[in-house]
Amino acid sequence: MNVSRRIVLHFPPNMTGQPVVSRLVKDFGLTFNILRASISPGQEGLLVLELSGEQKNYDKGVKYLTEAGIEIQSLSQDVVRDESKCTHCGACITVCPADAFSVEPRTRKVLFDHNKCVVCGLCVKACPPRAMLLYF
Amino acid sequence: MAKTIAEINEKIRKGKAVVVTAEDVIGIAKEEGTRRAAQEIDVVTTGTFGPMCSSGAFLNIGHSKPRIKLGGGKVYLNDIPVYTGIAAVDVFLGATAIPDDDPRNKFYPGEFNYGGGHVIQELVAGKDIVLTAAAYGTDCYPRKKLETLINIKDINEAILFDVRNAYQNYNVAVNVSEKVRYTYMGVLKPKLGNANYSTAGQLSPLFNDPYYKTIGVGTKIFLGGGIGYIAWHGTQHNPAALRGDNGVPRRGAATLAVIGDLKQMKPEWLVGTSMLGYGCTLTVGIGVPIPILSEEILRYTAVTDADILAPIVDYSEAYPQREPDILGEVSYAELKSGSIKVQGKDVPTGSMSSYPKAVEIANILKKWIEKGEFLLTEAVAPLPGVESGLTSKPLKERPIVE
Repeated sequence: MNVSRRIVLHFPPNMTGQPVVSRLVKDFGLTFNILRASISPGQEGLLVLELSGEQKNYDKGVKYLTEAGIEIQSLSQDVVRDESKCTHCGACITVCPADAFSVEPRTRKVLFDHNKCVVCGLCVKACPPRAMLLYF
Repeated sequence: MAKTIAEINEKIRKGKAVVVTAEDVIGIAKEEGTRRAAQEIDVVTTGTFGPMCSSGAFLNIGHSKPRIKLGGGKVYLNDIPVYTGIAAVDVFLGATAIPDDDPRNKFYPGEFNYGGGHVIQELVAGKDIVLTAAAYGTDCYPRKKLETLINIKDINEAILFDVRNAYQNYNVAVNVSEKVRYTYMGVLKPKLGNANYSTAGQLSPLFNDPYYKTIGVGTKIFLGGGIGYIAWHGTQHNPAALRGDNGVPRRGAATLAVIGDLKQMKPEWLVGTSMLGYGCTLTVGIGVPIPILSEEILRYTAVTDADILAPIVDYSEAYPQREPDILGEVSYAELKSGSIKVQGKDVPTGSMSSYPKAVEIANILKKWIEKGEFLLTEAVAPLPGVESGLTSKPLKERPIVE
């Protein structure tokens, strides 16, 4: 069975120089799509990936990453909406390049689909009541 | 069948008034006809919840010992400068004020994370606010410095006074240029990348009484989660704007000046707001009850999004240069469909004003009236109408000759 997941990798400073992603490809036969990357030598790095492959290879790949000291988070935890602050105005809808926001036709409430979010952060500053939060 | 406000109030007192929202009245009028609907319905409630920059609060903080004259001095609330050009301990906190050391648009686009609107929201939420003041000192007000916490429950008065709210219609903002524009209508993507509008449409107060036949000076309203009043027509009030056959303005038209006791308002209905690259403001919740005095009034309240047109304006060139050109007109029904056509291109739409919150306001007001807690008021003076000849004039600059 094939799986495809969007994950956030947090690299400790000593790991940023290592070819982690190429090993995922070479050793585990996984494919990847980089959604966002922030990696500088000697500093804590961040990589947002869509990682795909067979379930057992995917699990092995994730095990390898974890053992290498890389912290893995699921992507949806990274941009979150503070529901107490959101006013459902809709200023975010057209700003999002991934169509993660949509309007529920009956109530006209703004829905946020975590699975579509690519963690670009454009909505964070464009949100008038600052309800979108970026967590790393 | 004409009813009076006194008769409607009598029914409200008895808990027998029939109250519906400006959204629900549409279906009722369609099903039963306007004549029957007008007989059955006593009040239609409206609502709007959008950024309204001409908002602010007058505060009287009480006299310190020894006394200080803030008037003519410098005063900050949570680092936000407030206006002091009034009496000793009165100040005016404006929604768009920002800290002296905010980088503004120096690092473009500026974030404007905290301003006067945010202080108003925190004040209403009952949070302590840091007041710092420097004054020049007088014989009767000797003190020159003051640093203290203040709280809305301790200060003498806190009065929300917004000089322009609840705009009757507004532009649909687009950007035809090659680069992103950061505006008070949100982030506008280049080459007609999006279109932003800002109104509750069929629920918005002034769309439901297009000729101001019931809404006037003195009308009691829902304001910021509490009770307020219409104080005057708002600034830039422009009743002479172009109108459709149904009487509904097709351009920005009437506005309201509103006032109310901030102490009984709620932070969820006065929300500090940040517009990227533009500034800070306050998102204000307003709801106006419309007494159904006649079939004509009912007919106005049955207006739908499809009946309301708004102009599409380019905010990269036409708006900043004050050119009158528009790129066409579009109905709110089209805007709410998620996409409109501009110059042959499909343009996705977004809103600055919250429709779900407008619905909530109309329902809260409905509940207040149904429970007999909120009686309607007779306007003490009308808002200037079409016949007044009043228009919103642009500034005509004149050279200063010594």
